[in-house]
Amino acid sequence: MTDSTIEAKVTRNKRFDGLFAIVGLLATFVGMITLTALILDLATGGAARLTPHFFTSFPSRFPAQAGILSAWVGTCLIMLVTALTAVPMGVAAGVYLEEYAPKNWLTGLIEINIANLAGVPSIVYGLLALGLFVYQLRLGQSILSAGLTLALLILPIVIVATRESIRAVPSTMREAAYALGATKWQTTRDHVLPYSMGGILTGVIIALSRAIGESAPLITIGALTFIAFLPEAPIKAEFPFISFEWLFSPFSAMPIQMFNWVSRPQHEFHLNAAAAGLILMVMTLVMNGIAIYFRYRFRKRIKW
Amino acid sequence: METNHATTTGYRAGQGRVGRLAVNATMQKLRERVIEFIMFLCALSSVAITLGIVGVLLFESWNFFKQISLVDFLTDSQWTVLFENPHYGIMPLVTGTIVTSAVALLVALPLGTIIAIYLSEYANTRVREILKPILELLSAVPTVVFGYFALLFVTPLLQSFLPDLPGFNMLSAGIVIGIMIIPYVSSLSEDAMKAVPVQIREGSYAMGATRFQTAIRVLIPSAFSGIASAYVLGFSRAVGETMVVAIAAGQQPNLTLNPMEGAATITAFIVQVSLGDLPHGSIAYQSIFAAGLTLMCMTLLFNIGGYLLRKRFREIY
Repeated sequence: MTDSTIEAKVTRNKRFDGLFAIVGLLATFVGMITLTALILDLATGGAARLTPHFFTSFPSRFPAQAGILSAWVGTCLIMLVTALTAVPMGVAAGVYLEEYAPKNWLTGLIEINIANLAGVPSIVYGLLALGLFVYQLRLGQSILSAGLTLALLILPIVIVATRESIRAVPSTMREAAYALGATKWQTTRDHVLPYSMGGILTGVIIALSRAIGESAPLITIGALTFIAFLPEAPIKAEFPFISFEWLFSPFSAMPIQMFNWVSRPQHEFHLNAAAAGLILMVMTLVMNGIAIYFRYRFRKRIKW
Repeated sequence: METNHATTTGYRAGQGRVGRLAVNATMQKLRERVIEFIMFLCALSSVAITLGIVGVLLFESWNFFKQISLVDFLTDSQWTVLFENPHYGIMPLVTGTIVTSAVALLVALPLGTIIAIYLSEYANTRVREILKPILELLSAVPTVVFGYFALLFVTPLLQSFLPDLPGFNMLSAGIVIGIMIIPYVSSLSEDAMKAVPVQIREGSYAMGATRFQTAIRVLIPSAFSGIASAYVLGFSRAVGETMVVAIAAGQQPNLTLNPMEGAATITAFIVQVSLGDLPHGSIAYQSIFAAGLTLMCMTLLFNIGGYLLRKRFREIY
């Protein structure tokens, strides 16, 4: 090989290298262009429908009068059940696996299992809930079933997030607490958990934002697409003031409502769908934004 | 003298405290054990979920296969569960699922891998810090919104240069699913590439290789195991995706491998049946569990394939 052929080869390789940098950037742009097109498409279709009336009316046969009242109330109540079940269970499981678990076949099995649950399609959780919650446990096609279903779905996400942020706490923190005579639980409660709260919170928000947009499992357990009443209020004027009737009420949810409107042929309903989609997008973006902010802030503030 | 006295009284008072401390310690130990046990149960719940899934699917499918033979299920070319004269051949649903997933993977795997190489080898920290969260938003968008997008934006767009494309088709659903799963593929692959020791990279650079050559010939083979897991997860997501196909690919079972046609997938069929109010215990009710079991078997097969591939090409440092 002469010098000139080597030089030519080097130039060609370098050119290829530079070209790939551009290709890589373009590839990331595909995702970003899609996101932008998605938001613009929803906004142009749906922005005009976003009136106060839209939030305070029930679904209707007439697209211009239809609203999302039962859908957003349903989503809020379902999320309440989901958060109240998935967060304590997920955090406890994460703490156990990271701080307590002995290294044996059982914890090994639990770990492999959690990793595999991430690949299970969400609709399969819906089938589990249909067979187990709705019919075996006789919870019915209710808000309680829906909330528990989504809780199962996000449990692995919460567990993984908890473990990751607990792992970031240096062991010197634990040893200092032990040296002062604190028990394992005291150390965990007073030191490890507060330090890892930022990461756990981030994971919980991301998990909940995923649950909010989830529709397939809710359809499977029998979400209603046309519901013209609200669940019983949880707080009552007469004794005992708190009622759990709402847990067993039939439900709808934002993504279900949107699905219903998308699958109708009339164009006017598609506008409603766009409006509902816009609200869903805003909720997801806000939640993810908060999560990113938390992650950024906590990472900056804590210096070991 | 004064100090001595103080120490003695302190000692006497201490004896009572020791007793109390001992009781406290026992209580505390008990409390610690109870808390640990509760947390253990929470950790075990994830195994219970898996067992529950397998149990429910097998139980209801068992009832289904008592009435429909497995041979018919696998060989009949029609799936018309809700018709007068029902046929129970899963194949049309399986082909629908395979075609949409194949289109999705054709989009997601190349793009995801290129993005992973770009982010891990080319982009500087600042660019990466901005690009990664934005990309990850793609997987956070509610799938029903992506369904809307596929049906009312991508399909009309495709129709402008493919005039024969029907309103419901697997092509647009597949493309949108592909874009949706890019972050799953790219971030796992990127992690795998990042985990390759720096010395191996430096060795390649020292031989005069460019970043591109290093990425293709050194990093991808070294990180193969992690990249394969990323691909397997991408496949699981594509196969299990429900709302996009239910909205944009149509709900008509169709035994075809042509992405330009509409066809129901396994997931779309489950949605379709669930939307109607089917009586508990009817054969159509059981059929969605048989369909779900098929879906799980498909992901399981692919996961095992991925595992074997990983085991074969695993690099250990």
